[in-house]
Amino acid sequence: MAKVQFIKSADVKPWLAELAKEHRVFAPSYDGEALLFRPFDLEQEIILDRAATMPPKKTVFPQSEKLVDFTYSKDPENLSRVKIDARETLPEGSTVVFGSRPCDARGFTMFDRVYLSDKNTDIYYQARRKNTLFITLACRTIENTCFCNWVDSDPCDPTGSDVLAIPMNDGYLLESVSEQGEKLLNSKLLADGSSRKVEADKICQEIAGSINNTKDLSQAPAKLLAVFDNMQFWEEVSAKCLSCGACTYLCPSCYCFNITDETNGMKGKRLRSWDNCMSAQFTMEASGHNPRPTKAHRLKNRVGHKFSYYPTIHGGVISCCGCGRCIKSCPAGIDIREIVLKAIDFEPAAVEE
Amino acid sequence: MKYQQELKDSIRKALPGLDVVIAWSAGYDPLHATPHFIRREEDIDRLEIGPFSVHNLATYLPGLRGKKVGIVVKGCDSRSVIELLQENLINREEVTIFGFPCTGVVDQTKIRKALGHTGKVDFCQIASQTVVIGLGGEEHKLRLSKVLADKCFSCQYPNALISDHFVGEKISPSVQTEGDDDLEAFEKMPMDERFAFWQKEMDRCIRCYACRNACPMCVCRDHCLAESRDPHWLSQEDSVRDKWMFQLIHAYHLAGRCTECGECQRACPMDIPLLLLKKKMNKEIKELFQYEAGVDPEATPPLLSFKMEEENINEREW
Repeated sequence: MAKVQFIKSADVKPWLAELAKEHRVFAPSYDGEALLFRPFDLEQEIILDRAATMPPKKTVFPQSEKLVDFTYSKDPENLSRVKIDARETLPEGSTVVFGSRPCDARGFTMFDRVYLSDKNTDIYYQARRKNTLFITLACRTIENTCFCNWVDSDPCDPTGSDVLAIPMNDGYLLESVSEQGEKLLNSKLLADGSSRKVEADKICQEIAGSINNTKDLSQAPAKLLAVFDNMQFWEEVSAKCLSCGACTYLCPSCYCFNITDETNGMKGKRLRSWDNCMSAQFTMEASGHNPRPTKAHRLKNRVGHKFSYYPTIHGGVISCCGCGRCIKSCPAGIDIREIVLKAIDFEPAAVEE
Repeated sequence: MKYQQELKDSIRKALPGLDVVIAWSAGYDPLHATPHFIRREEDIDRLEIGPFSVHNLATYLPGLRGKKVGIVVKGCDSRSVIELLQENLINREEVTIFGFPCTGVVDQTKIRKALGHTGKVDFCQIASQTVVIGLGGEEHKLRLSKVLADKCFSCQYPNALISDHFVGEKISPSVQTEGDDDLEAFEKMPMDERFAFWQKEMDRCIRCYACRNACPMCVCRDHCLAESRDPHWLSQEDSVRDKWMFQLIHAYHLAGRCTECGECQRACPMDIPLLLLKKKMNKEIKELFQYEAGVDPEATPPLLSFKMEEENINEREW
């Protein structure tokens, strides 16, 4: 049975201050003109009425993280013998993210299938993932770039969250989703919310009813494969792409990384940092050969991976959470929805007999 | 836009001799346009020019060398075309330039700032000096002058400086209503404050390099030092030091070449005020060499040439 609590709007910051005694707490606030998940600070205004510029991806998957510290040492008796001492550096402590959106939290479930699979476990990802809790805010406003309803989600979807907060006129109804989430709901600032549950459910229904342009993407995996070798199709849809990494880095479900050793003298560290498949170096092989030599090949990979290859190996789950940040922040105005629909609608020209 | 039909007609006539014409069409919502690649006759109908034609399409030209390309340019964009010609990065005979009198483009960040957020825009109407925006069922009126890009206030080249086809009547440059307030304020800051300013701004950089890729003059493309492993100029750390290092190298390589189109700043998803840095560099170039980038196709940018004695640089007797 989920725990249901209510918090008055004015008590949100004091509650976060309480949580910050035990966890690192992140909440959306402005840095310049960008709305980012930043360390909670009582002095800073928390902005909850609009989607953040960046998802809270960094909290679980940092832009750059140290995996290993290493030191070389030479044997004084035999200088050609070099020993390496390498130590993994695992992240510690727990984090609470407040104000993530259902799409943001659901994005990590796309990571989980890859980083926490039966075959492989990424210990760095695992350490952060299990110690990062999401208090997710259901969306009352559906933006022009939102399309979570196309990808089997909705503005009140609790998937991937630990607590779901439903915005009401005087505060938030907080419903626990996970056991860890339930433990966050013990503050004296919270009151029993069961009596407000009906009202909250009605709000969710209203929001769900306000989206009416759902598209059926069930054909996407097959249709994208059908245009795989049609380079003219991909050259046309990618013509305006600038090959930057904005779409990828702002994506809650893009999980590719790069590994670099940063060495200084006898010491060094191994870093894992975000990589993006729009970059020319992404699949550059040591020989100098690149199987994705043009931006058309690269954009095909981004769209194909999310809407075809990933769902094919992960039970039909589309690896896009529909947050729309790639559309909103693309400097060239590329709309991924348009590309997927174009592929679905694409009819090869009839071959004349 | 007044001359839209005329522009379409002009493109229709030229299209049979061209592989593609780059223009703009409507974007994902009424507040956005998007670059539009016209390849077929039917693509022409979707062309739209106006205050949302923000993108500098000259950025695409070096990547299309070897093709016959038509390009629609605002006055400021035409300066990038000129600069590319000066540096032999594009061939004049491969490019057909369509110009029109530009009355200014909007700055999306200013609109967002004025309205709080612009996630749910229903409609947008622009009438002479007013912008009316429908946002989540409410109507908001803004003065156009409040949301035009800064570069438009001091624009001295509203008509394309170079073109093969120019539609409409040329208009006269705006009487400068606003100076470079941000640059003046920045220059008044002591050095340590300036450094602190950039440290704060660069902190949120995500190293997506949209600034670099949107820049028409950033021509190393797939061979950028930012990602080179050998030599390994920049580390992959999420540090202001590395992010700032890239911006400085970028700015130095653009000194005397940058036409201040502002695409670096517009493209930045984090809204880092990158143009400020470029303006400062250009101001120094202007003072030292009396040179303005992208105005004269025959001129040589000062840092691409050499003089035994520079008039304004005291190299001896200090």
